[in-house]
Amino acid sequence: MKHTRGERVFYAINALLLAIVGIVCLFPFLYVISVSLTPLTEVMKHNGFLVIPRDVTFAAYKQVFNQSSIPQGFKNTVIITLVSVVLSLVVTSLMAFGLAKKEVPGRKIYLFLVVFTILFHGGIIPTFLVVKSVGLLNSLWALIIPNMIVPLNLLIMKTFFEQIPPELEDAAVIDGSGEYGILRHVVLPLSAPVLATIGLFYAVQNWNIYFLGILYISDPHLYPLQVVLRQLFAAPDPTFMNAEVAVPPETMKMAAVVVSTLPIVMVYPFLQKYFVKGANLGAVKG
Amino acid sequence: MAPLMKRMMRYRQRLLYIWIGLSFFIVFKYWPMYGLVIAFQNYRPGNGFLEGPWVGFAHFQTFFDNPNFTQVFINTVLISLYRLVWTFFPPILLAILLNELRTEWYKKTVQTLSYLPHFLSWVIIYGIAFAFLSEGRGLVNSWLTTFGLDKIPFLMSDTWFRSILVGTDMWKDTGWGTIIYLAAIAGINPSLYEAAVMDGANKFRQIWHITIPGIATVVFLLFILNTGKVLDAGLEQILVFYNPLVYSVADIIDTWTYRVGITEGRYSLASAVGFFKSFVGLILVMATNYAAKKYNDSGIW
Repeated sequence: MKHTRGERVFYAINALLLAIVGIVCLFPFLYVISVSLTPLTEVMKHNGFLVIPRDVTFAAYKQVFNQSSIPQGFKNTVIITLVSVVLSLVVTSLMAFGLAKKEVPGRKIYLFLVVFTILFHGGIIPTFLVVKSVGLLNSLWALIIPNMIVPLNLLIMKTFFEQIPPELEDAAVIDGSGEYGILRHVVLPLSAPVLATIGLFYAVQNWNIYFLGILYISDPHLYPLQVVLRQLFAAPDPTFMNAEVAVPPETMKMAAVVVSTLPIVMVYPFLQKYFVKGANLGAVKG
Repeated sequence: MAPLMKRMMRYRQRLLYIWIGLSFFIVFKYWPMYGLVIAFQNYRPGNGFLEGPWVGFAHFQTFFDNPNFTQVFINTVLISLYRLVWTFFPPILLAILLNELRTEWYKKTVQTLSYLPHFLSWVIIYGIAFAFLSEGRGLVNSWLTTFGLDKIPFLMSDTWFRSILVGTDMWKDTGWGTIIYLAAIAGINPSLYEAAVMDGANKFRQIWHITIPGIATVVFLLFILNTGKVLDAGLEQILVFYNPLVYSVADIIDTWTYRVGITEGRYSLASAVGFFKSFVGLILVMATNYAAKKYNDSGIW
């Protein structure tokens, strides 16, 4: 198709605008990485940081791994994330499967009970008191169990299960499958996209836990990564003060940011095709 | 056997699965709702939710009379409205521009880059903001110094705080927000554009007369539903970003509840505030959803 002159101008300006959008999204990452790699001497010389360091040093990363609480927080968060994703996916898909069949008695009531929790909640203090009274306070379980099912994720999964043709289930029933067999051999194998999407949502939610960390955890050894990272910004780590190798605190902070971001950036490209679908389903429902 | 019993037996396994999930909702969602009764008591830590002593609406009176309450309420609504204005419309514009890109790989690249910040935690975004805005070595401040201007303590300044909240929010979620609009645009009948081209409509006219009307329903619906969340001004982000120097502009209902309840241990007062917020929030969401339904038959349930 031939474009008019006006259209060519439009396309060019549009491409330029979107290049700026792309750069605005990407540049902060590059800058943070660059700061984390800038050696002390160069910092001194320029009284600030360069966008592209000429020398590169990993001293800040060594310090993050050897002389800060970041590795401990990282470990806690990896545990929280792995356990949560598995547990949440199992419980969410079981309940979604149960709710996906129109004939199940009481289905409407159960659905209402789920949706109502989106609209109204007890709030911070009563939830805190419940978590406390079931004895989860100051344990990693406090970060896993109280948010095990996200209602919206449950509804997305239920909608997906409902779209699976009932004939497939009927065939399995004729073959002698029970309900568990239907879930295991018919529904789940067809649900890879929704499981990946919801799994990603749960993983990100748990990787990014901050508020629940300061709410439920008071033992510093159990702090999730985000809490440790935030504290690093609030005050220099006491271990850092005694450090023999002097790395500027800002450099070390940026190295810690890079370390905490890396896992998300690494899984992101593999899951991108799934979450767009999931985000659309989610947006329709709420 | 009664038909209901029969159906229950037939679907006993599905019912079991439902109840496994439901037990979670009962303990961690409904029990706390019931726990809101402590808003009407002088609750003491270690007591059950019903042990009293009962004080009626005394705690509600306390916080309505508290001068902080007005400030906190205003902060909450203002921050929410700023967010609504500055984070609602950019995704629409960006989606329209993305849709007009004719080079597929270019479009994919911009999309990939713009969705990424959505997945970062507020702490990480605070870290990035720190790299740019800190007084010591922040990039922006080193630019200011280069031009002979004074440094600005952005992260400690009550004049800049709300702009930083909204700005970082824009950076995080503008790209992500385009997803739903791109889906809506993809649903527009292509023959409409062909007809418009035949009639000699230029790009702007096509966007104005076809694309925008094509997504208007979704835009309106999301706008209404967003106004229902006006009391949720972003607890987690503000907890990460704020500090006592900026409480006067940054403190919202949720952060105040958190500090009064958890830090100061005034459980009943904080629960009363939380109750007030949840209750008003419920009414707002129901009202906005009702409006959305009236408009379009497609509320959230």
